[in-house]
Amino acid sequence: METFEYARPASAREAVKLLAGGNAEVLAGGSDLLARMKDSVSTPNRLVSLREARDLRGIEYTAGKGLRLGAMVTLEEVATHPETRRHYAGVAQAAEKAASPQIRNVGTVGGNLCQRPRCWYYRAGFGLLAMQDGNSLIPNGDNRYHAILGNSGPAYFVSPSNLAPMLIAFGAKFRLLGPSGPREIPISAFYVTPKTDSDSEFALKPGEIITEVLVPPSPGPSAFYELRQKEYFDWALATAGVVLQMNGHAVKSARVVMGQVAPIPWPSPEAEQSLAGKTISAEVADDAGKAAVAKATPLSRNAYKVTLARVTVKRAILRAAGMESA
Amino acid sequence: MGTTPCKYDWPEASKRKLIGKRISRVDGPAKASGRARYTYDINPPGLLYGKIVRSPYAHVRISSIDTSEAEKLPGVKAVRVIQKTGTEIQWEGDEIVGIAAVSEEIAEDAARKVKIEYAHLPVFVADADLAAAEQAQRTKVTKDDQQGDVEKAFQDPDAVISEGFYGQPVICHCCLEAHGQVTQFSDGPSLKIWQSTQGVSVNPGQYAEVLKIPAASIDLVCEYMGGGFGSKFQVDRWGIECARLSHDAAGEPVKIMLERAAELQVAGIRPSLYGKIRVAASKDGTLTAWQSESWGTGGVGGAGVPPLPYVFNIPNQKVKYTAVSTNTGGARAWRAPNHPQSAVLTMGALDDLAAKLNMDPIDFLTKNMDLAPESLRKYYLDELPIARRLAEWDKYWHPRGQGASGPVKRGLGVSLHTWGGRGHNSTCNVTIHSDGSVEVALGSQDLGVGTRTVIGIVAAESLGLPLEAVTVKLGDSRYPYSGASGGSTTVGGVSSSTRRGSVDAREALFAVVAPGLGVPPDQLEAVDGHVRVKGDPAKSLTWKQACAKLGTKPVQVMGKNPGDCNLTSSGVGGVQIADVSVDTETGIVKMNRMVAVQDCGLVIDLKTAESQVFGAMVMGITYALFEERVVDAQTGKALNANMEAYKLAGIGDIPDLVVHMMTGPGYDERGPVGLAEPPTVSPGAAISNAVANAIGVRVSTIPITPDKVLAALAGPEKGAMA
Amino acid sequence: MKRKKPKQTEPRAETVVSRRDFLRGAGVAVSGSILTGEGLLHAAADTPAKVLGPGETKFVLRINGKPHRMNLEPRVTLLDALRDRLDMTGAKRVCDRGTCGACTVMVDGKTVYACSMLAIEAEGRDITTIEGLTPEGKLTPVMQAFVDNDAQQCGFCTPGFVMAMTALVKHNPNPTPAEVDLALSGNLCRCGTYHGQKAAALQAAKSMKRGAEA
Repeated sequence: METFEYARPASAREAVKLLAGGNAEVLAGGSDLLARMKDSVSTPNRLVSLREARDLRGIEYTAGKGLRLGAMVTLEEVATHPETRRHYAGVAQAAEKAASPQIRNVGTVGGNLCQRPRCWYYRAGFGLLAMQDGNSLIPNGDNRYHAILGNSGPAYFVSPSNLAPMLIAFGAKFRLLGPSGPREIPISAFYVTPKTDSDSEFALKPGEIITEVLVPPSPGPSAFYELRQKEYFDWALATAGVVLQMNGHAVKSARVVMGQVAPIPWPSPEAEQSLAGKTISAEVADDAGKAAVAKATPLSRNAYKVTLARVTVKRAILRAAGMESA
Repeated sequence: MGTTPCKYDWPEASKRKLIGKRISRVDGPAKASGRARYTYDINPPGLLYGKIVRSPYAHVRISSIDTSEAEKLPGVKAVRVIQKTGTEIQWEGDEIVGIAAVSEEIAEDAARKVKIEYAHLPVFVADADLAAAEQAQRTKVTKDDQQGDVEKAFQDPDAVISEGFYGQPVICHCCLEAHGQVTQFSDGPSLKIWQSTQGVSVNPGQYAEVLKIPAASIDLVCEYMGGGFGSKFQVDRWGIECARLSHDAAGEPVKIMLERAAELQVAGIRPSLYGKIRVAASKDGTLTAWQSESWGTGGVGGAGVPPLPYVFNIPNQKVKYTAVSTNTGGARAWRAPNHPQSAVLTMGALDDLAAKLNMDPIDFLTKNMDLAPESLRKYYLDELPIARRLAEWDKYWHPRGQGASGPVKRGLGVSLHTWGGRGHNSTCNVTIHSDGSVEVALGSQDLGVGTRTVIGIVAAESLGLPLEAVTVKLGDSRYPYSGASGGSTTVGGVSSSTRRGSVDAREALFAVVAPGLGVPPDQLEAVDGHVRVKGDPAKSLTWKQACAKLGTKPVQVMGKNPGDCNLTSSGVGGVQIADVSVDTETGIVKMNRMVAVQDCGLVIDLKTAESQVFGAMVMGITYALFEERVVDAQTGKALNANMEAYKLAGIGDIPDLVVHMMTGPGYDERGPVGLAEPPTVSPGAAISNAVANAIGVRVSTIPITPDKVLAALAGPEKGAMA
Repeated sequence: MKRKKPKQTEPRAETVVSRRDFLRGAGVAVSGSILTGEGLLHAAADTPAKVLGPGETKFVLRINGKPHRMNLEPRVTLLDALRDRLDMTGAKRVCDRGTCGACTVMVDGKTVYACSMLAIEAEGRDITTIEGLTPEGKLTPVMQAFVDNDAQQCGFCTPGFVMAMTALVKHNPNPTPAEVDLALSGNLCRCGTYHGQKAAALQAAKSMKRGAEA
């Protein structure tokens, strides 16, 4: 790692001050950031540790109001929080098998939501868009783990966060704090597809940090499903978060958001429409899965991910409906 | 082992107190408590940290090197150019400049300040595509042989022929303790080396030769080492440079342990092997013909010729092999070199042929046993029925693709394997002190296989003592020479030298003690911590009393292998069965169970022997399902030189493992043969065959990842070959 | 593992200088009381935090109940501080990127990857390394279970697994095989000792139930 300055403020406000100017990064759990710094993929000259910013902690559920997650709440806390498990099952599921126990013990909600892509070209030092001589290396390269949706270029990486698709399905928003004060933004608007190598994949203004995640009251059953080749601690090949609003036995409305398939968490209005008004069955779920990937445009080596995304959506729907079998 | 009894012969089964029992490894507590000190943990006073500046490119020529800024950095003690301007670099990660500094952080800072310019040369890394390699002129045919009449055999109207493509990519050793060493090289000369190595006794000579200093001035230590698997035999360039950096830094010790990325790029790989295979049998299942055109890479130098067809000497055969040169780090021995790859090709092809013949593959292998080496047939014929029973084959096996109707398909697959093994050259000092303590010292090493424990067991058994009474000292080149640990020859070597030394030491003790007991020495025996008169246990001394008679002169003898009485032999056989479930919606393979039935001659310690086989199955599951070195064909850059994308199986991926060691008459009398290599051979083939049995089609290459399973299920038009 | 935690704000008479620092001559002179933990880098929320580094900065790490004065650049990881500065080499460096678990230690009772935490971030916390599990040198039930079940070969991953398994059996005296797998899923072994580890976890949990300490 290259050298850097370090500060450990006691509040979010102070953190924002310390982030101003220069090339500073926020240090939360550190798992992703330190790995990038060791590989010189990121070279901040200041780290602002949020460890002691107590106003970024806390996880509270208020009936009728919803769930508030401080940005520094750990994944372990989310996974084991009784009311999250009860009212937002999908959120707890997204946290409980993310990475490994050691990472969940330090990894934070904010860190999970702001982790950088795992794209192996990016991690090997080719930049976020893996450009070489003006062209992306990915279309003709080893793109087995890359995007199948939203991949018209130049971004082909996939959004890696487990929590993001699930929180978007719940219609959650971020509370941000920056030099010009706080603001709120729907999480669905937070993730953006970069157009150039110097763009960010997050709609964060300079010096801004996530302080809280606000999840509205749950409209009904939810589930998160992820497909990993290894049983544990393996990057998912496809994920899906599903929230159902029921009208008796029929789906009144549904939210379906996929992860690991596009440069941003990928909502599927097609799948949502195909579920509306239906009683969930294996066939209905399968149809929704097909609808979710109908517009997929696989790259040279990742057509299998279209199948995986379809199956993932299907299984997430069945899990949300309490019909998990396969 | 001969027919004439010999004084060194292994004790017969009824008399063994320790040999063959389940005994916990003697260094277990040191390892489990974190107290064991590995090379990586050696921190001598004044330690400097070394870093190597490596080529970020796979094929370049060095245009210029400027180390001046690095040299100026405070805390930097030595900078050495390893490969000069003008040198052609042939793989990413090759060593160019070495640096030693007072901290690792400063060494890294200095490394960043080294400026190197390169001229780019064409990169070739795509080893799976033989045509592309030929077009790039990166191939060399190193075998093109024929026996019998292949054309005629294939044209026989009675022949059932199976054709297929099989293969596996390059994989890495990924030893958890990276390659590396701490060196302290001062004038005198005196060179102290702590190295993570499989060759404690053999490496000092290599350092001496390159550094041009007397071997006698070198002491090399490796008390514990964190895995080698064949990749840590030699003295590496970074080892030599580490010594030179120490010398340049006024003899301060320097530590260079490879970073994980370098470990995966330059510290050894297992060659890839791909092949197009045709194999024929008569309708009754008798193998008649084999034709293979195979190729693979082990880096710039290509790779060795694989033993094809594996195990079965098919009467008519045509075998061609092409070595492919790629701009990637070079191959090193990887447990059972060339065997696992050859098993994937051979056992996969035979399994496909059995399916075509509508035969149970175990019956098919059994039927063709006459084609296996004569010395191995008995083992396979003993082992196959045991494996069949332990895997509940008759309950779970079904004709290919004819399993359950749901989306999750279960299947079983079988493979068999062989390995030579023997006892390597080994010498040891066995000392019986007058206080009764016993030590065995030899310049061997324990890679984690239980070498210390085996030596202790043999000495204790030979002296009639409990294991705790023997101190085993190894891992230091000042001890008597013992061979490098490779090819499953260590246990055979060290147990034989220890046996001879211990028997001789016992006799020397008897010679001192006998007069007091009033009998000739040959009437004494050492049993249960006593030296006593045979047939008259009342006339007995405790071990301590007996040793006290030595006075000021301990017994010290040297045990050797080879030596009188042949105590080891060569050639083992083993069988494995994999039981898998494949989710045909996702292509994800889960292991249900894996069974290994393994022969290794005489088992010294059943517990650590079983661990070898358990571990081999885990490594096998890992390479069958997950492992693959990925290099970008456009740039030659490694894409997964880390432990996140270079995937190793975790505990959740490992099913119920069943190990059955073959022991008793027909096995024990061969003496210890060797065990580290053979059980790593079959898993890839057995798992690939199990997947084919489950889903009805062959996934042609391992690792069997979801993309390949789904492509295979989609049919030949959609599924790519490689 | 029921030893009393030292109080965070109470300076202890005991002073510790690392052997490495001592040998290197870079250690901090030992005098007076030792600053411990929280309060060094910041005070209340309304006073601005100090910006430290990029050079060496002084802080205290409380490891296995004992304070250690450190003088390190912020970029030094907890793992490197333990291994290279304090000569506590039980935690191993293998992947150095938070994927293999060989560097597992406990911070405030929870397992973490020491390679992925800055040393300075561990200030004010209770750090337990494998050395701290056996202050009297006696094997813990988890360690004994590793020995008995031969859950180790080369042993390089073992300390990390021992830490992960210790955390498991402390919190779950009755783990199912699936819970064992999940608890050990953040650690990798190359020799392939998982079979023995599964048995070791169950044995260790059983000993814990009989009242032994982890």
